[in-house]
Amino acid sequence: MKLTGAQIFFECLKAEKVDVIFGLPGGAVIDIYDEMPKHNIRHILVRHEQGATHMADGYARATGRVGVCLVTSGPGATNTVTGIATAYMDSIPIVVFTGQVPTALIGNDAFQEADIVGISRPCTKHNFLVTDVRDLARIIREAFYLARSGRPGPVLVDLPKDVQNAKIDFKYPKKIDLKGYKPTYEAHMGQIKRAYTAIGKAKKPVIYAGGGVIASSAAKELKQFGESIKCPVTTTLMGLGGFPAPHELWLGMLGMHGTFRANMAVATTDLLIAIGARFDDRITGKLDEFAPTAKIIHIDIDPTSISKNVKVDIPIVGDCKDALKKLLRLVKENPISNLKKVRKPWLDQIQKWKETYPLAYEQTDDVIKPQYVVEKLYELSKGKAIITTEVGQNQMWAAQYYHFFEPRTLLTSGGLGTMGYGLPAAIGAQAAFPDRLVLDIAGDGSIQMCIQELTTAVENNLPVKVAILNNQYLGMVRQWQQIFYEKQYCATCLKIAPDFVKLAEAYGALGLRATKPNEVEPVIREAFASPKPVIMDFAVNPEECVYPMVPAGAAMTEMLLV
Amino acid sequence: MRHTLGVLVENQPGVLSRVAGLFSGRSFNIECLTVAETLDPEVSRITLVTTGDEMIMEQIVKQLNKLVSVIKVIDFREVKFVDREMALIKVKAEAATRAEVLRIVDIFRGKVVDVSPTFYTIEVTGDEGKIQAILDLLEQLGIVEVVRTGKVAIARSKKG
Repeated sequence: MKLTGAQIFFECLKAEKVDVIFGLPGGAVIDIYDEMPKHNIRHILVRHEQGATHMADGYARATGRVGVCLVTSGPGATNTVTGIATAYMDSIPIVVFTGQVPTALIGNDAFQEADIVGISRPCTKHNFLVTDVRDLARIIREAFYLARSGRPGPVLVDLPKDVQNAKIDFKYPKKIDLKGYKPTYEAHMGQIKRAYTAIGKAKKPVIYAGGGVIASSAAKELKQFGESIKCPVTTTLMGLGGFPAPHELWLGMLGMHGTFRANMAVATTDLLIAIGARFDDRITGKLDEFAPTAKIIHIDIDPTSISKNVKVDIPIVGDCKDALKKLLRLVKENPISNLKKVRKPWLDQIQKWKETYPLAYEQTDDVIKPQYVVEKLYELSKGKAIITTEVGQNQMWAAQYYHFFEPRTLLTSGGLGTMGYGLPAAIGAQAAFPDRLVLDIAGDGSIQMCIQELTTAVENNLPVKVAILNNQYLGMVRQWQQIFYEKQYCATCLKIAPDFVKLAEAYGALGLRATKPNEVEPVIREAFASPKPVIMDFAVNPEECVYPMVPAGAAMTEMLLV
Repeated sequence: MRHTLGVLVENQPGVLSRVAGLFSGRSFNIECLTVAETLDPEVSRITLVTTGDEMIMEQIVKQLNKLVSVIKVIDFREVKFVDREMALIKVKAEAATRAEVLRIVDIFRGKVVDVSPTFYTIEVTGDEGKIQAILDLLEQLGIVEVVRTGKVAIARSKKG
C-alpha cells in the first residue's frame, strides 16, 4: 500500500516506540499535523520551539530514551538551535524534525525558508535533509539510531513539504548500514589490565566520573567498583546521581564550585580514574596544574574526548559499563591485598579536608538564604524529586545542597549553560513521569527565558514545581562583578521584574511567596501538596555568593572559601 | 608541522562543508584541499594538508573519524606516500624570453597547453618543492597568473 510521507513519518515513530512529541505547527509541517489525529501519539503543544527542544531533552535525560520534537521551517527551525546545542554539549539523544519549504523552492529565499541543516551542522551529532520520500524511512531509522547509540546526541531531520505529501510503498528498514559510523562499545582487555595494574599500585586514587556513567547506565557498576577498590569518588555536574551522595567514599562535585575535599583530592592524587567525563575547563581550571602528580586513566566511548585537553596515560575507548564490568572482574580475580590498611591514610586525609572546609552557609532569622531553600526542598521531597535547574547560582546551589542518590534525577544544562532550560526540561520529565515530583530550581533571571511554557504545563496537567531563588540579580554574573570587577553591577540588576505570584496565577498556575525564613517550609509544603503547576517565589539574600569558587583559569587548589 | 591526510567520505551534498566546518569550528588549519570521486561513485576522496603538533593532529584525525559521513581517514604520518600537485602558470613570453621559458618548461618536464603571441600557459606537476622551484624561475620572466590544484597523495606500495 502506498503511504504519504506524513503517514510514513508516524509509522516510523511507532516503530521507534515514540509515545510523545513536543511541537508547534506551521505551514511547512501542516501535513504532518493533519495526519496526527489518526495516530495514537501524544502531542504536547509548546509556546516556543526552544521549549520543545528542552522538553524533548528533559524527557530524554529523565528516561534514557530518545526525545522527539516537531517544528515548522524557518523561524520554527532556528528557534530550536539553542535547545539542540544544549543537547549536543551534554550528549543527550533527541531527534528534531523540522519542516522545510518544498524541494523546488529550496535556495530561493522562499517564505519561512532557513538552511537549518547548514545552521545546525556544528551542533548536531548528524543531520539530514530528506529530498526524496524513498529515503524517508531509512533516514528516520538512522536518525534514531545515531541519536541513541555510541556517544548520544541530537539529530535533526529536515522534511520538505512536498516530501510529506509524496506517496510511496512503505517498508521500515530492518538493517542500518552506516559505513562511517561504528561506535566502539567493548573496552580493550589489554588496556583494562594495564589500568588495573596501575590501580593496584596507587596509594591515593580518585575516581572522577561524568555524564557518561549516566548515559551508559553504569551507576551500579561504578558504586561496586568504587567500593571494591575503596576509592573516593567525585563527579562532574553532569555525573551527579551517578554515585549515591551520602556514601562514605563520596567527595561531592569537583570543579569551579566543587567541594574543597574533591578539588584537593584531585590535586594530590597519584591516580585519577576518569570515567565518562571530558576534562572540561570548569573541571580542570588551569591545565598545567590539574592533577599534577597523577597518572591518568580515561574511559570514554568517544575517542575525541581522550587526550583532548589533558594528556592521558592509559586511554580506554569503550562503553563505561562494559569497562567497569571488566574492571570488576579483575578486582574479583585479584583483589588488592590489605586494602583497608593501604587506603587508610588517604581516606583519613580526605576526612580531614571534609572537616576543615565542609559546604556551609549561615542562616539568620530575617533573610532567607538560597542554600537554605535548597536544603528544605531536599528535606521535604525526601531527596526523591527529579530536579531540573536553570543556569547560574541556582544551578550551583542545587548541585551543592540537593543530594542525588540515583541517576537521571538531576537534569541540568552542564556544557552549554543554557538559561531557560529548567522549566521546559521539567515539563518534559513530568510528561514521562506523571506521578513523580518534578522540581525546577530556578533564578529570577533565567526563569523568564522560557516562562511561556508555564501555559504548556497548565494545559497538559503537568504539575511541575518551580522554586525561584529570587535575588533580583543575574546572580552569577553579579557574583563575578562583586568579586573580580569591584562591584560594578553593570546590567545585572533585575529589580524591575514581574510579580511572579501574579504571573503564575495569570498562567493558571499556583503562585506562592516566601519573604522570611519561617515562611519557606510552609510554602514548599503547600506547593508539593498542590495538584497544579506551582511557582514558589523565594525572596533570598540578594548578594549571596556561591562558594567555594575557583576563579576562571586558576588552579583548582586556589579556592575562595568564604 | 605540516601533515597530509586522505579522507574517504560519502559522496553526498554537504559533506565537504561538514569537513570544512569541523576545521573552522575547532580552529584547525586547512592549508590546501582537493576533492574528487573515487572508483566507487558513492565515495569521494579528500586530500588535505594541515598543521599542528602531535596532540592537535591526534584530535584532527579523531574528529574526522567521528563525522558520520567520513568512512576512513588515512594518516600519512604513519605511512610512506607519494604526493603531487599540478599548477597552470600563465607567463609572459615575448620575443626575448620565449625560448628561455620553453627551456625551463623542458627542464621541469612541463607542457605548454596554450599559446598566444605574448603568453604561454604551462602545465606542470610535481611535489611542492618542484612547483615552487619552477615558479621561482618563471617569476623572473613575468608570471601573470597561477592556479594550483593543491596536493593529492597516495600511499606507497610495499616493496618486495
